[in-house]
Amino acid sequence: MTVFVIRRLLQSLVVLAATAAIVFVGVYAIGDPAEMLIAPDATPAERAQVEASLGLDRPLPAQFLTFVVNALHGDLGRSFVFNQPSISLILGRLPATLELAFVAIVIALALGIPLGLLAGLKPRSATDEAIMTGSILGFSLPNFWQGMMLIMIFSVWLGWLPSTGRGTTGTIFGVETSLATWDGLRHLILPAVNLALFKLALVIRLTRTGVRETMPLDFVKFARAKGLTERRIVLVHVLKTIMVPLVTVIGMEIGSLIAFGVVTETIFAWPGIGKLLIDSIMRLDRPVVVAYLLVVVSLFIVLNFTVDVLYSILDPRIRVGRGA
Amino acid sequence: MVAVLQVEGLQTWFGTKDAPVRAVDGVSFSVARGEILGLVGESGSGKSITGFSILGLVDPPGRVVGGRVLFQGQELVGAPPETLRRIRGKKIAMIFQDPMMTLNPVLSIETQMVEAVLAHDDTPRAEARARARDALGLVGIPSPEERLGAYPHQFSGGMRQRVAIAIALLHKPDLIIADEPTTALDVTIQSQILFEVRRLADAFGMALVWISHDLGVVASLADRVAVMYAGRIVESGGVDDILDRPAHPYTRGLLDALPATARRGERLRPIPGMAPAPTARPSGCAFRTRCFAAGPDCAAAEPEPTRAGERQWRCFHPLAEAAA
Ligand SMILES: Nc1ncnc2c1ncn2[C@@H]1O[C@H](COP(=O)(O)OP(=O)(O)OP(=O)(O)O)[C@@H](O)[C@H]1O
Ligand SMILES: [Mg+2]
Repeated sequence: MTVFVIRRLLQSLVVLAATAAIVFVGVYAIGDPAEMLIAPDATPAERAQVEASLGLDRPLPAQFLTFVVNALHGDLGRSFVFNQPSISLILGRLPATLELAFVAIVIALALGIPLGLLAGLKPRSATDEAIMTGSILGFSLPNFWQGMMLIMIFSVWLGWLPSTGRGTTGTIFGVETSLATWDGLRHLILPAVNLALFKLALVIRLTRTGVRETMPLDFVKFARAKGLTERRIVLVHVLKTIMVPLVTVIGMEIGSLIAFGVVTETIFAWPGIGKLLIDSIMRLDRPVVVAYLLVVVSLFIVLNFTVDVLYSILDPRIRVGRGA
Repeated sequence: MVAVLQVEGLQTWFGTKDAPVRAVDGVSFSVARGEILGLVGESGSGKSITGFSILGLVDPPGRVVGGRVLFQGQELVGAPPETLRRIRGKKIAMIFQDPMMTLNPVLSIETQMVEAVLAHDDTPRAEARARARDALGLVGIPSPEERLGAYPHQFSGGMRQRVAIAIALLHKPDLIIADEPTTALDVTIQSQILFEVRRLADAFGMALVWISHDLGVVASLADRVAVMYAGRIVESGGVDDILDRPAHPYTRGLLDALPATARRGERLRPIPGMAPAPTARPSGCAFRTRCFAAGPDCAAAEPEPTRAGERQWRCFHPLAEAAA
C-alpha cells in the first residue's frame, strides 16, 4: 500500500510538471499579453516599463524558470489583469464550481440509478424503451442547446426559475454556498440540471448494462433459491455488484464536471472557475490559465486516487493487505 | 411411504413457440421422506433444468409448459411467487453445480448466510449469526467464527461448496436438490462431501435429490436411481437393481463406461456417438441411434413405461438380466 502511494505521488509530480510546461509554452504561443494590457496609445517607454514589471521582456526559458522556482515556493504568479495571486483568484471561485458539480452528480445518481434499474429489470418493455430514448437524447443533444432550452422553458416561458448567477449565498460550515438559501437553491437548479443531463444518461446506461449482465449470473439464482425477496436481490446483490464499475466511471466524471463545466457556467453566468478560465484565456492572463490547469490536474489526480481506494473497498477481491 | 416430492410429466421448454427446445420432456419421479434419489444422465440430458423447474427457477425463455410438481401435496407449478419464495430455502433447498459462481463475490459469507436465515425467520440478527456459524461448523469448516467475516474468494472451491451446503442446511429443509455439487471438486474432497451429506441427511431426516452424471458417485450415496436421457427418465429403481441388473441398454452403457466397474485389463466401452441435442432427437426412442439392442420397431413409436415392482423402464428391448 505504501509503495503504491509513493509511486502514485511520483507519477503525479511528473504529470504536473509536464502540464505546467505545455500550458506555459502554449499560452506564450497564442499571443502577447502586453498587447491586451497596454493602451494602444502608450509610449514605447511606458510599454517597456509595463513589460519589465510583468517580466514579459525576458526570453521564454527564463520566464519559465522563474515560474518554476516560484511555484516550488507555492507561488503560482499574479494575474496580469487583476493583479492578485492567481491561485487565490481560483480558490475564491472554486466553491461555486464544486457546489454545481456536486449537485449535478447527486441529481445524476439519484435519478440515474433507479431509472437504470427499472430499464434493466424489464428489458425491451415500454418503460425500458421510454427511458432509453430519453437517455439517447441526453447523450446526443448538445449540452449548450439543452441549457438554452432549459432557460427558454423554465425562465422565459414559465418564469419559474432564474437563469443567471448564483443568487444569494449563505454559509454552511464556513463555506459560502448557494445551498444555504432558498434564493440560491432556485438559482442552482437550472445550471445543475443542465450539467447533470449528460451524466444522467451515462448513469442510466451503466446501471442498465450492469443489471442485464448481473441478473443471469448463478449467484442471483442462488439468492432466489435461498428464498430472498426480489427486492433484496436487486437492492443488495445486484446493486452492490454494479457499484464497482459505476464508482470508477463516476469518479472520473466528477473531474470532468469540474473541468468542463465551462459551457454551463458560461450559459448561466455562473461565477465558477470555468467562467474565470474563459475570461482569462480571452485576456491572455497566463498565470491564471496555468494555475487553473494545475489545480484541475491535481483534482484529477486526487479523484483518481480516491476511486482506486473506493474500488478496493467495494470489491473485496482486490482489497490490499488483508489476508484470509 | 409418503412422497415428499412427486413430479409428474414435467415439461420445460426453451426456444420459441414455433421452434421449442424440449429440454425436459415428460419427467416423472417421486422422492419419499428421508430418501436419497440419484438423478443420472449425460451432459445436456436435462438434469439441472429438472431441478430448477421444481423450484420455479427456470430463467426465461425457459418455461414449464406441462406437468405437475407436488411438494407435500402442494402444487408448485404456477404457484404465486410469494408462495414459492416461502418454500425456497426453507422447505426445499438447492445446491448448485459450480461452487465458484454460487456465492456473491462482493458480499461477505456472514451477509449471505444471515440474509438466508432472515428471509424466513423473524429472529434477532445475533441469533441468525449464531445459526450461520453453527451451520459452518456442521459442514466441517474450521474456526467458523472467524470465517464468517471472510469473502468467497478467500475460500477454495471445496470450502465454497461446503458454505453452499451450510446455507442449504440453515433451515433444516425437508428436501435438498443437489445439482452435481461435487463435479467441480477433486476426488478426495468429493468423497468427504459425499460422506458429510449422507450423514447430515440421515441426522435430519432430509430427502435428497442428488443430480450427477457419474453413476459411481450415485451408487455410493443413493437409495434409488433415476436415469435420464434426452429430457426423459428412461429407467428408475432401487440402486442395487439398477447397478446389478439394468433393464435399459443406456443404463448398461453408462455402467460399462465406468472405470470402476470395468474388469482389470479390459478396455472401457464408451457408448458410441453423442447425446442428441433437444432439437435433433430421433423419432421413436431417442436412444435408438446409439443402442446395440435397437430394432426397427424402436423408430416407429416411443416406448411407454413398463413397471415391474419398484422399478420401471422405457424400452422395447429390455435386457434379459433385469428379469432375473
Ligand atoms: N437457456 C437455455 N436456452 C436454450 N436451451 C437451454 C437453455 N438452458 C438449457 N437448455 C437446454 O436444456 C438442455 C438440458 O440442460 P441441463 O442444464 O438441464 O443439462 P444437464 O443435464 O444439467 O447437463 P450438465 O451435466 O452438463 O449440467 C440442454 O441440452 C440445452 O439444450
Ligand atoms: Mg447441469
